[in-house]
Amino acid sequence: MPPTARSHRGRRRSVKVVEDDVELLARLRAGDEHAFVTLVARHHDSMLRLASSFVPSQAVAEEVVQDTWLGVVRGIDRFEGRSSLQTWLLRILVNRARTAGVKERRHTPIGDAEQAVDATRFDKTGQWSSPPAPWVDEADERLAAGTLTATIRDALGNLPPLQREVVALRDVDGLSTREVCDVLDITEGNQRVLLHRGRSRLRQALESEFGRA
Amino acid sequence: MLLRRRDIVCQQAVELVTDYLEGTLSRRERRRFEAHLAACEHCGEYLAQMRATVRLSGQITPGDLTPEMRAEFVALYERWRSQPD
Repeated sequence: MPPTARSHRGRRRSVKVVEDDVELLARLRAGDEHAFVTLVARHHDSMLRLASSFVPSQAVAEEVVQDTWLGVVRGIDRFEGRSSLQTWLLRILVNRARTAGVKERRHTPIGDAEQAVDATRFDKTGQWSSPPAPWVDEADERLAAGTLTATIRDALGNLPPLQREVVALRDVDGLSTREVCDVLDITEGNQRVLLHRGRSRLRQALESEFGRA
Repeated sequence: MLLRRRDIVCQQAVELVTDYLEGTLSRRERRRFEAHLAACEHCGEYLAQMRATVRLSGQITPGDLTPEMRAEFVALYERWRSQPD
């Protein structure tokens, strides 16, 4: 993959989804069942992933997703196009998930210190004593072979809820910082801290998977 | 993170990576970060790994709805459409 395609992938995908969503929404308003199912299919993973982060079970998460769609079908005219349809959907979802019974999840204050890399890997002067073992090439090979996404999914699933939500919305779903803050109702500063910690943990998980020092 | 006048060390550099990628470092911080990177092979590798981590997360693509789920949503839609609000 050329470097440009890599760096702009999320952005490009997100722009395309927004355009198609607008068209599908118009068809849904006209009562097009196929448009509904297409929209559901497109956003289902992202919605289910986010809902699962808030509620105690997969079954409740699925109910929250359905309930969100019910709200969309019944209140469709209330979407005013001020945000992307995806952001709007996810905001509705978070509201419903919060009322569906939030599991114990917000107990780690964002201000708590958490290091990107374990302190034992640096010497007294703060320089690497156990530097990162290279793994990027191996990961790309595994990606090409189609055996990597399960690893990434697992690593993402093991993140603390808030970090997982931010990383999934930004890096998997391709939302902007602003949209993530909007969906999760957090500040840009907190979003950045959570993104940093989440990505750092993911990198560590990938290093443990691939890195052979 | 507060940076002093002197150069940053690796342990500080790894904490600046996200701000660097997000473009939220001040011009001075970015200059120091890049100066460190130019001189430190390990932190260069670390940054490459963080970029790869972001890129790999983007490879998780939505799975198709199973035929059962599709049928369930079609049924839900038909029920919702036929019921008054």
